[in-house]
Amino acid sequence: MNCIIIDDEATARAIISQLCNQTPSLKLLEAFPNAMQAIKYLNQNKVDLIFLDIHMPDFTGFDFIESLKNPPKIILTTSDPQFAIQAFEYECVLDYLVKPILQERFNKAVQKAKSLNVTKLNLNSKKALETPLGNALYININRRLIKIDISTIYLIEAKGDYILLKTEHKNYTVHSTLKKIEEKLPSSIFLKIHRSYIINVLKIIDIEDNSVLIKKEVVPVSRSNRPELMKRLNLL
Amino acid sequence: MEQPNLNYVNQLSGTDNVFKAKLITIIKKEFPDEKALYFENMNNKKFKEAAGSVHKLKHKISILGLENSYEIAVKFEENLLENRTIGKEDFDAIITVITNYLKTL
Repeated sequence: MNCIIIDDEATARAIISQLCNQTPSLKLLEAFPNAMQAIKYLNQNKVDLIFLDIHMPDFTGFDFIESLKNPPKIILTTSDPQFAIQAFEYECVLDYLVKPILQERFNKAVQKAKSLNVTKLNLNSKKALETPLGNALYININRRLIKIDISTIYLIEAKGDYILLKTEHKNYTVHSTLKKIEEKLPSSIFLKIHRSYIINVLKIIDIEDNSVLIKKEVVPVSRSNRPELMKRLNLL
Repeated sequence: MEQPNLNYVNQLSGTDNVFKAKLITIIKKEFPDEKALYFENMNNKKFKEAAGSVHKLKHKISILGLENSYEIAVKFEENLLENRTIGKEDFDAIITVITNYLKTL
């Protein structure tokens, strides 16, 4: 299999290159320090497999995947296990390797890629929620999958590459986007009221001009989202 | 305090001493740059960017076998993302330990 590596960290590129070179079934074509260079390369070369770092400045691994029309098989690499659930939302993602990558674990991932009958672990968000998980959402924090009762979430705030998920019990910082979590939450309860905020409409205390009071927090409502919010209210 | 080691590097290299030397050279070159960027971001109170630097440094921490330090770095990164600097002293101490260790290689 022809493969490439995309990772902004030279150390990671060296390690993954070594692992590839030790694997007879892989032919390492190139290693790129950023996704943009890789996109150009992919336009002109046939690549079967990409080892892709998630956490890169400017253009993340997830941005890269979404930029490709027909992405090859991808094995994600990261120092952070908390992206796992998000990672498997992409059809092209075969596996997820946490750095530092061990040879044995690497081999397993490559074996998956080699197999024609890859059984993809499908953690597709909506389907997952329709299963016996019911009203639960799992987030990965420090290698632990933490179950959160969706009804306890009152606010989700975008913070760059992360979202801050606020529940009645605790706040969680998760590497994800508002768009992704919005897809996982029931639209009857959760509403995006600003490009940086999703709220649980059941938790609203009051609304004033262009802001919502939810718990003890004042959250801005953008002009474009205000009509939808007003529709949701049981206005007298 | 927990001390770095080359267990992972040795395991990965096997008998390939050329690769081992190359990898150590890369780490020795890349670590100071990542460290400098981390301190620059901290000094400028750019905590989100500093969290990104910590994220990168975490890989070096784990490569050098510092398991407890890795956990400290994880928590510190989370704190920085919430504009808190709790854990900075511990993290800076880890950086110092690695700096000193790399000088011995």
